[in-house]
Amino acid sequence: MIPFLLRRLLEGIPTLLLVTVLVFSITRILPGDPVRLMLGEETDPEIMREVRKSFGLDRPIPVQYAEWLYGLLLADLGRSLRDNTQVTKLIGDKLPTTIELSLLAIFFGTVIAIPAGVFSALHRGSWWDGGVTALALSGISIPNFFLGILLIYVFSLKLGWVPPSGYEEPWKNLGKNLSLMLLPAITLGSALAGGLTRLTRNSLLEVLSLDYIRTAQAKGLSKRVVIYKHALRNAAIPIVTVMGLQFGGLLGGAVVSEQIFSIPGFGRLVVDAVFNRDFPVLQGLVLVSALCIFVVNLTVDLLYAAIDPRITYS
Amino acid sequence: MMRSKAVRRFLSHPLAVVGLLVLLLLLMMALLGPVMVPYSPEKTDFDALQRPPSQKHLFGTDELGRDVLARVIFGARISLTAGLVSVFVALVFGGAIGLVAGYYGGNFDRVLMRLMDAMLAFPFLVLAIALAAVLGPSLQNTMLAIAVVTLPIFARIVRGQVLTEKTREYVQAARAVGAKDWSILIRHLVPNIAGPLIVQTSLSTANAILAEATLSFLGLGVQPPTPSWGSMLNAARGYLAYAPWMSLFPGVAIFLAVFAFNLIGDGLRDAFDPRLNR
Repeated sequence: MIPFLLRRLLEGIPTLLLVTVLVFSITRILPGDPVRLMLGEETDPEIMREVRKSFGLDRPIPVQYAEWLYGLLLADLGRSLRDNTQVTKLIGDKLPTTIELSLLAIFFGTVIAIPAGVFSALHRGSWWDGGVTALALSGISIPNFFLGILLIYVFSLKLGWVPPSGYEEPWKNLGKNLSLMLLPAITLGSALAGGLTRLTRNSLLEVLSLDYIRTAQAKGLSKRVVIYKHALRNAAIPIVTVMGLQFGGLLGGAVVSEQIFSIPGFGRLVVDAVFNRDFPVLQGLVLVSALCIFVVNLTVDLLYAAIDPRITYS
Repeated sequence: MMRSKAVRRFLSHPLAVVGLLVLLLLLMMALLGPVMVPYSPEKTDFDALQRPPSQKHLFGTDELGRDVLARVIFGARISLTAGLVSVFVALVFGGAIGLVAGYYGGNFDRVLMRLMDAMLAFPFLVLAIALAAVLGPSLQNTMLAIAVVTLPIFARIVRGQVLTEKTREYVQAARAVGAKDWSILIRHLVPNIAGPLIVQTSLSTANAILAEATLSFLGLGVQPPTPSWGSMLNAARGYLAYAPWMSLFPGVAIFLAVFAFNLIGDGLRDAFDPRLNR
């Protein structure tokens, strides 16, 4: 397993290098001068030159890139233009909140999607199946900011069951943290739930037509055991793959969910960086989001072996 | 013959037909908008601020007394334009990259596909937000940002299809009779890989409409007073407690547009790939 991990990391290097070039290019090569954007059009050119110099923006682009990359190797993503905080510290402080939100969204999505997908597959072709499919597609199609607003309207403003927005750290008051995270997690998890429901249905249908399922049924095993123990386990590989692929969608969705529910996480930081024109922070966030996806994909690869013992990494 | 079979299969898919009908309705709204409502989407009326839906204003009015129905109808133009144009641009450029990379192979292919992989390594929305932020808020820049993040998906799909198709006999036959590369690519390969592309176009349009609405909602898209569904929802959010209709109608409109393209994409997938037909 260790050699496999090392090989995957080595294979990832060219792509990761290109990722850093792209992130760097976003703010340097595209039209628009970050300093002008930051200070405004009417700033004294002398001041602009000073600021540019203090951030090293007056040096040739390849030199700037090399310095930036060197900083990356030392886990130094630069400092915020706004309050001079280390970008790594800013992101490190906010990321755990978003990870909690994403995990809750994955939990919520899975708890709904797996039974719904199984149900749909077992009633294939019926109105029930059509209904679940339509609902699942609705989950994918509803913009999460609209769903969030609807949930706030119904559950906070009308019924008063949960507060409309806010955040509490889990180690201070877990109950309050979860009650505040409930609506954001549902908002974020709805698209995942929709996608997973359809996938569970389709991969289960594929597996259910295989011989070993017929054998299991012929042995007289109960339907529950056949579905949940035999069929679902073999249908799990595509499901886990897609859950990994959806992680990027969760990070993107977190931008919106956190904005609506005022949760101080990664997504909120993205929006703040955009509106403060804080490009070092924005750059860092985009880079870290790509790194997160890389790590999740690697984890998914390793999970395969846990799900399917026939897969080994030698 | 193949085509008509696909059309028949598509039309026998009840959800796909629903999607098609919803899309036609939205297109009609976008095209015939001004004829359908007597109000201008940007005309303010300070005597009718935030009125609930009534016979006079079917969808109510907003915080400046503007007719919400008129704004939703004009918003259809922005959303559909953004969705269709950005996906068209992504299809043309991404498709071209995929065709060339898949057909010629070699180092050219390796470099291009590494670049596409690197672009796909970012979360779609985070990259779109960063691009839109750097480019500056406008409809044009929003479409450009969405097109750029959608492009590698098409490049990947087309390349994969070309790799299998180029070994087929009809391609070798065309080459044997001396057809030029570009003619093989455009006249022979493209029609044969159109199926999966059409499916992806529909699904990507759904995504693009959602992305445009999200960028506008965050204030990075179309700027006021031009009505866009996303920015309408953003403005309406502050009045949710006492003017919920301001949020409801643009939200439902975005949902319907995205839903329609997803349903159509799904129906198309089943129509082009009978193996998945269940």
